[in-house]
Amino acid sequence: MTGGFRSRHRGETHVFDDLKTLLACASPRRSGDELAGVAADSAARRVAARMALAEVPLRRFLDEPLIPYESDEVTRLILDSHNAAAFAPVAALTVGELREWLMSWEADAERLAALAPGLTPEMVAAVSKLCGNGDLIAIAAKCKVVTRFRSTIGLPGRLSSRLQPNDPTDDPMAIAAGTLDGLLFGMGDAVIGINPATDNVEACIRLLTMLDELRLKFEVPTQSCVLSHVTTSIQAIEQGAPLDLVFQSIAGTEAANAGFGVTLALLAEAQEAALSLKRGTIGSNVMYFETGQGAALSADAHHGLDQQTVEARAYAVARAFSPLLVNTVVGFIGPEYLYDAKEIIRAGLEDHFCAKLLGVPMGCDVCYTNHAEADQDDMDDLALLLAAANVNFLIAVPGADDIMLNYQSLSHHDVMRLRHLLGRRPAPEFEAWLARMGLLDDSGRVPPLPGHAPAVARLIGQGARA
Amino acid sequence: MRDDAFDMLRRMTRARVALGRSGDGLPTQAKLEFQMAHALARDAVWGKVNFDGIAEALAPREVIKVASAAPDRASYLRRPDLGRRLAACEASTLPSGPFDLVFIIADGLSADAVENHAADVVIATEARLAGLTIGPVVLASQARVALGDDVGTAMRACLVAVLVGERPGLSAADSLGVYLTLHPAPGLRDSARNCISNIHGHGLSADRAADKLAWLVREALRIGVTGIGLKEAAPNAAIETTTPTPQIIHHNTTGAHRHE
Repeated sequence: MTGGFRSRHRGETHVFDDLKTLLACASPRRSGDELAGVAADSAARRVAARMALAEVPLRRFLDEPLIPYESDEVTRLILDSHNAAAFAPVAALTVGELREWLMSWEADAERLAALAPGLTPEMVAAVSKLCGNGDLIAIAAKCKVVTRFRSTIGLPGRLSSRLQPNDPTDDPMAIAAGTLDGLLFGMGDAVIGINPATDNVEACIRLLTMLDELRLKFEVPTQSCVLSHVTTSIQAIEQGAPLDLVFQSIAGTEAANAGFGVTLALLAEAQEAALSLKRGTIGSNVMYFETGQGAALSADAHHGLDQQTVEARAYAVARAFSPLLVNTVVGFIGPEYLYDAKEIIRAGLEDHFCAKLLGVPMGCDVCYTNHAEADQDDMDDLALLLAAANVNFLIAVPGADDIMLNYQSLSHHDVMRLRHLLGRRPAPEFEAWLARMGLLDDSGRVPPLPGHAPAVARLIGQGARA
Repeated sequence: MRDDAFDMLRRMTRARVALGRSGDGLPTQAKLEFQMAHALARDAVWGKVNFDGIAEALAPREVIKVASAAPDRASYLRRPDLGRRLAACEASTLPSGPFDLVFIIADGLSADAVENHAADVVIATEARLAGLTIGPVVLASQARVALGDDVGTAMRACLVAVLVGERPGLSAADSLGVYLTLHPAPGLRDSARNCISNIHGHGLSADRAADKLAWLVREALRIGVTGIGLKEAAPNAAIETTTPTPQIIHHNTTGAHRHE
């Protein structure tokens, strides 16, 4: 059942040759789709595409893969792992009807979790294109995806954070300083994760060892990660490094993943290796993935798909490996993919929505580069919207300024303020630790403490000698 | 403890630690200092390079101004492909060489980087390369690194050295990078280039950059290769290929780079 799609409005007929053209034209305007030459060429055509998309039966996404089954292992993963029983409740619906069902009060956390294995990335990408930003927030907020290693992430009423104390020279003292600064704000309950300046096994092991010593010294119930290539992590495990989580950047096509130097088999091997260490105390989610719209196009591996649809396919890759954490690095890629704050904010909400509907424990690096039309005020906005959408975790950097990767994210202040503003708490194990360390007040908030306060002096004094 | 614990943190890193708190937010001074750093970076991205001033600094050397196919800054940011190509008819204005080496000064993503450092690096490098035939210096606006491939082809240059403004960070808005390419031709992969990055006031000096660049030029002419092959021949692994900055997303060598 191939063939085009038509949409008629006030006498004008818009024709869309195939499903991927329809999806691309239905996407909100963004620079990456224009760069790829797949975007709608007028505002009316964009909405006409949405009208046609609303009529498409969900089944069609199972019958008509956007990238051929034979030539792409991500397509094979998506179709082979599709759960028909989970899909049954919505099997007769169109994309437009699915949006209405997702919005309905009937679609609660339990039903959405049961549906997740029955949805494909293409279905959730399609429905996201019919949703306004408010819809994306309201629907995602109903999804609950909980994961565990040493802390529990994704529980209702909680907002976790990745502490990201990067340093351009991987200097252990500088990284310790950034880590201690974050711990004083209650950051790091999702992970303490470093992007290494040098991706080699020795550097990776050195940083893993240093982070593990710091964690053990203060008995912090969290996990650490050095965001090296997956092959580096496998080697580090073989050499006996104290590795909690395996990290990898992933994308939504086999070719884009090849650009990252990974295959599904390699990811499975890495997961196996990390599981063999049995380092998780309360759970065994051992993988950490990062994604982001534009990654496939930048590797010329997008197969003519719009960047949001191909991004959603990366979440099918992620969920196959039961990750502890996944986040989109939404504004990092630059203005040729997401030009300004409007595009970055929309993409952040789409990525979170699609991942959560697919059952992926989604967080976000709310961020921008200096050549994008965005500033810290826009990050304040996106962080608040994502927190309202019950995002699992946000990334926090000292002073919002990553001095290694040269871009801006959220600061420790920003994430702490969101917790206080919205009444969200850290992961329960981590919250109890903060209380033991004297870093929480009676109301569960992190109070401003002077540098000579015993809790501060103890943490910094002992931590700096680690 | 004699010291305030926060002082100790500040001494341990250049990162913005121990900024203090006003309730749950930043103190005013820290808030405004961050805004100023971002403002300088934004001005560097959107600034227009004073190429006349650079031509003056380079005198008596001959200079030639060219433009990329990107008509303005907004198009330049949205369409990297346009910044990599010469505008129509520009190639015909270039002398057809042949030259051993052509310097191309490209605005890239930081006008400040180009204005502050580019002429110094050209002059210092040239002084270290006696005996080579060096072409006129090409001043390219709305240009990315790969524009050097078009220019080098038109000028029959054996080597092109593209000096380009790097994407500004908050700590340095005027960082210059240099990309050296042997036998430039349209469509060349970035892995065929060598890069010297972080040329700015608190980074690599113009003289040190010129030392590295002159070594790369002579070595590239001697062994007939740039890119990975030349990197491996470099002493102390001091020379990078075209991935100067680690990235969150581990792109392959054709992925987005810092200068882009």
